[in-house]
Amino acid sequence: MSTATLPGGRLSGAQGPWARFRAGPVGGLARAISSNRKATAGFVILIVFCFLAAFPGLVAHDNPQAEIYTPTLAPSGAHLLGTTAYGQDLFAQLIYSTRESLLIALAAGLLATLLSVIVGVTAAYLGGLIDNVLSLVTDIFLVIPAFPLIVVIAAYSKNGGDPILIAVLVVTGWSYGARQLRVQALSIRDRDFLVAARLRGERRWRVIVSEMLPTMTSLIVAIFLGTTLYAIVAAAGLQFVGLGNPDTLSWGTMLYWAQNNEALQAGSPLWAIMPGVCIAMLGAAFALLNYAFDEVSNPALRPVRKRRR
Amino acid sequence: MRYVLRRLGFFVATLWACLTINFALPRLMPGNPAVAMMVRFKGRVNGQALKALEIAFGVNNGESAIRQYFAYLGNTFTGHFGVSLTFFPDQVSHVVSSALPWTIGLVGITTVLAFIAGTLVGMLAAWRRGGLLDSVFPPLFVIVSAFPYFFLALMGLLLFSVTLHWLPLGFGYSNTDTVSFSWHYIGDVLDHALLPATVILVTSVGGWVLTMRNNMISTLSEDYVRMARAKGLSPARIMFAYAGRNAVLPNLTGFAMSLGFVVSGAILVEYVFSYPGVGYILLSAVENEDYALMQTLFLFITVAVLLAILAMDFVTMALDPRARTQA
Repeated sequence: MSTATLPGGRLSGAQGPWARFRAGPVGGLARAISSNRKATAGFVILIVFCFLAAFPGLVAHDNPQAEIYTPTLAPSGAHLLGTTAYGQDLFAQLIYSTRESLLIALAAGLLATLLSVIVGVTAAYLGGLIDNVLSLVTDIFLVIPAFPLIVVIAAYSKNGGDPILIAVLVVTGWSYGARQLRVQALSIRDRDFLVAARLRGERRWRVIVSEMLPTMTSLIVAIFLGTTLYAIVAAAGLQFVGLGNPDTLSWGTMLYWAQNNEALQAGSPLWAIMPGVCIAMLGAAFALLNYAFDEVSNPALRPVRKRRR
Repeated sequence: MRYVLRRLGFFVATLWACLTINFALPRLMPGNPAVAMMVRFKGRVNGQALKALEIAFGVNNGESAIRQYFAYLGNTFTGHFGVSLTFFPDQVSHVVSSALPWTIGLVGITTVLAFIAGTLVGMLAAWRRGGLLDSVFPPLFVIVSAFPYFFLALMGLLLFSVTLHWLPLGFGYSNTDTVSFSWHYIGDVLDHALLPATVILVTSVGGWVLTMRNNMISTLSEDYVRMARAKGLSPARIMFAYAGRNAVLPNLTGFAMSLGFVVSGAILVEYVFSYPGVGYILLSAVENEDYALMQTLFLFITVAVLLAILAMDFVTMALDPRARTQA
């Protein structure tokens, strides 16, 4: 299909920047996303949120923090979602909150994935006593209920701000991925191409980084998606109970202020509903991408097509 | 036998890790926040209780850290957790033991129900690939599982309590009630538990359905299932005793991980409904900087999860002959 003959008689499939792009990892990812409806839906939601995070001013024209309007207005043309009990424009708050919510989730997701790669692959590759110790630590972190631990740490470091929040999410979110990566790394540790690299006399970290990790890309991406989903939900929960920094703008802190003012009972339910909807949509985007990724990497799980007669 | 010993060993190791985290956290934090709490405590508490708190948080550092550590371990195992600031002058152990039944009732029952229902639905979905269950539920649950528990709780509260007035707004039972074993009281408790339980059930069942379906799809293509079909066994027998029994094994191990997740969600659900369980008390302890109560609750939640995991290990042993003979 893509190997159409160009006027010059060359096959476009073999060369050309577009063909090279399609064959590379980015192109592979793009094809995976566009070929799976669930992945496409998740990806589109994510792109919309990324746009809102980058350019909130293009969508919402009010100052999100200014307490200048009549409190608890119903939705109208001037205030699409009405106003809060403090007289802030709810729509502007919602849009401007995207950035912080997304940044916390992505930062925590990335760092936790990095930690799980380091621990999981090191354990599998080095083996022996180091593997035993690292596996035990991983398993312990896996079964300790994360949220109570997060609450305890966050309570001790009150008002530590976003870096503390991210650190806490990383500490509690890396273990699941580390365990999966260890299993996969163990299964490829003695493949021929790794043995060859070792026999060539490559350094240990070079074998791991440039020979072993590329073969595990799809699992690492899946772990990143899962960890980020976890970070979204956990961060929102922490901010909701007031353990984030309540002065910043994010969906979780919006929910915190809504709950503090009993928005549901006091007749401005949108104040609590809309941030929750955004959290759920962002979470759903990552969940859909993750699910689709499962289907791409494991053909047995793909939905069966109805047979035509 | 080695399997049992290994699992018990893991239980002990994890318990020890939790105790150590509990001991180390307040000491690692900059400016030891517990000291500030102790200052507020002085003069309101008798000497013995103060001493226990001092050991727990490392205030008045006359002793070495190692001595403090063993004193702390000793206090924990003999049930001396100190005094609660939030529910002063109640003992922490008393506060915890009055909150535990609420959470164990709520989370325990919903978790078991969600596990059974999710496993059955997942099994059927995989058994009838492309059928109604298989095409509707998995994508639906993917989206629902991304919902924060507390958000669904807020929505349920808005719909059924604030708008429709069908169910109470929160708390475990009506204020006018006296705690007794009358039908009226039990009905009232169930009335209050219905909404939180439904929220936990709806959000946690999806994970079981998805993993069970995926496991079942791979066991269904195994040779022993084909063999069972060739022998002419009844479909129900193949589904439950051949494919299902093997597909549920990874799910039982997964139970360990998900349980922590469900407990985490339940804490926020309790918070939304002011349900008088461990999670709600934990968050009020945090609010009041009642560190002794907070840490003890963390410990109890973890021990409860660890015990449930241990129980699951024994169920796995009963279902999987490989776990009994090997390992």
